[in-house]
Amino acid sequence: MTDLLDKRLVFVTGKGGVGKSTVAAALGMVAARQGRRTIVAEVAYQDRIARAFHGEDSHFREVEIADGLWTISIDPRHALEEYLRLQVRVRALADVLSGSRMFQYFAVATPGMSELVTMGKIWELAQLQRRTKGGARYDLVIVDAPATGHGLAIMRTPLTFANVARVGPIAQQGRTIHRTIVDERHTGVIAVALPEEMPVNETLTLRDELRRELGLALDRVVVNALYPERFGPRQAGTLSRALETAGTPLQRAALRAALSEHRRARGQREQVARLEEATGREPARLPYVFEPELGVKQFEELSRELEVAL
Amino acid sequence: MNVADELRDKRVCICGGSGGVGKTTVSAAIAMGMAAEGLKVAVVTIDPARRLANSLGLEELGNEPRLVDPKLFGKAGVEMKGELWAMMLDAKRTFDEVIGRLAPDEDTRDEILSNRIYKELSSAVAGSQEYTAMSKLYDLDRDHDFDLLVLDTPPSRNALDFLDAPDRLTQFLEGRALQVFLRPTGFATRIVGRGTGVVFGVLKRVTGVDLLQDLSVFFRSLGGLIDGFKERAKQVNALLADPETTFLLVTSPEREPIDEAIYFWRKLKAARMPFGGVIVNRVHHDEAPDADPDEVAAELEDELGAKLARRVAENFRDYQMLARRDAANIERLAQKLDERRLALVPHLDDDVHDIAGLSRIHRFLFASERERARMLADTVA
Repeated sequence: MTDLLDKRLVFVTGKGGVGKSTVAAALGMVAARQGRRTIVAEVAYQDRIARAFHGEDSHFREVEIADGLWTISIDPRHALEEYLRLQVRVRALADVLSGSRMFQYFAVATPGMSELVTMGKIWELAQLQRRTKGGARYDLVIVDAPATGHGLAIMRTPLTFANVARVGPIAQQGRTIHRTIVDERHTGVIAVALPEEMPVNETLTLRDELRRELGLALDRVVVNALYPERFGPRQAGTLSRALETAGTPLQRAALRAALSEHRRARGQREQVARLEEATGREPARLPYVFEPELGVKQFEELSRELEVAL
Repeated sequence: MNVADELRDKRVCICGGSGGVGKTTVSAAIAMGMAAEGLKVAVVTIDPARRLANSLGLEELGNEPRLVDPKLFGKAGVEMKGELWAMMLDAKRTFDEVIGRLAPDEDTRDEILSNRIYKELSSAVAGSQEYTAMSKLYDLDRDHDFDLLVLDTPPSRNALDFLDAPDRLTQFLEGRALQVFLRPTGFATRIVGRGTGVVFGVLKRVTGVDLLQDLSVFFRSLGGLIDGFKERAKQVNALLADPETTFLLVTSPEREPIDEAIYFWRKLKAARMPFGGVIVNRVHHDEAPDADPDEVAAELEDELGAKLARRVAENFRDYQMLARRDAANIERLAQKLDERRLALVPHLDDDVHDIAGLSRIHRFLFASERERARMLADTVA
């Protein structure tokens, strides 16, 4: 755990719908509690974490949502403009460029440009010496990354561009960013999975591709939304027999719910075991939250669980 | 809503929705159900679970639909009157195929396919899956004689990306962006050394000359294909708007996927796309919403013992909460839609990864409201 949070940049990725943002936010809370000045960066520009914490608008703004915990929603357009200002230094010149049609053509025409400038901004956030004016230093940047396929693509973008451009400033910066990403002392990757077949498969695929394409290992796998183990096999037998003789619809409903959860929990444990066997390490576990929605309180609870589990 | 009725006179069914809601499984179940009724159906999936793929006899290679072995259905208790074909989309390969189809000659094709920028970017870039999925759908519709095509859309963060992917590509190709590169007096020429002016000077400094040069070579070789891409996008759009095409949205009953489904539905409506209905997957149904769990504990205590009875009650309380949450979200969805076109599939106890599992989902999709209610009463928790 300490190892992981002592890095400067941690990517949180996984299949769609597994709770990446939740884990990213909970991890951020852990780090902040331990005294690290931490920022959680969303790349989908959805302002979700700030809203969940009832924070200020975080669209391309670093806003504090809890003690020592900040968030920002990154979008490619703002990231590109900022990049230009940093690159060209002379503000007026940068504005000429970002206002010029020719440049906009270039930016739109070049496939992968959005991903590149997004990665550039993430990298900038993680710098000891921030490049943006008034930018304060963070001890840790946690990235709420896109779903697995896109998540890996975005991490690979700096290298892709370094290869495409070969020489010149983009190539140089691409290589610089790439170097920090593949530096295991600097960058970590967490995969979030649900204890179901497809998310587990996708986690294993991610692990293989991460190694093949970037030479990186998964630092940790977090299995999210595990049901509690309320009923063992023997109890399940008792419940089945009780269901056969149950007198009222209410009793039947409650017993069926119990048996159903027993079966699901068993299926989940099989998947966790499969994951553990394939990765050679017990994944960190987070419980299913039986609440209609996640609020600050639930994030707080999950972050306590995560702190122990990691 | 009964999916079979909805698809009766359709040729193309596109299943959209956010990631992790069971879209692939639902798409496969729909395709299997329609095939079982006697049609020749192909399902195009993006990245199915390994076991589901294996159980359908799907392999990663091919990029063309394959017939699922009819014997497999009988074993799973499904009476198959038609044919089910399935394929897994290979984005890079599909893109190469499109280039092959559109290139005026082999030299142009090879020039593009071997271009460094094309090779680096054609598969790496987010969005290529969206374009290739639509493109493949169009080719399958044109070149084959399937009665019905079912497309499982890519799991993009924005469920709509694939809808306007062909248009985006056309806009780019038609737009000034590319023209700047292609004009004889444009970018490409200026890059070769005569470029002047502040903007160009700064751009060169920011990007490096090599990159600009390579891009201009790439865009120039792509230039000959522009009309082909445009024509293709037009035809894909026509296929999307065709009266024989329909969109089914797939969602789970949690807040965010439901929000996404509502957003998606609005977009479909704004774009005047045909909307078939929403399939809500993994619903927790409440059989006794007003029941007091403590009462259950008291009733069961004699038989189960106090400890186990209390746990059953505790579990029941959590289950009721999930059922209430699901019901509230589904109600919100139903209120937003003009008409109540919903099909609810219960949260099954096991993962679905084989034909028998598909057939369990299929039963709920291909039932009338009344049949569904009866099945729910029989099968769910």
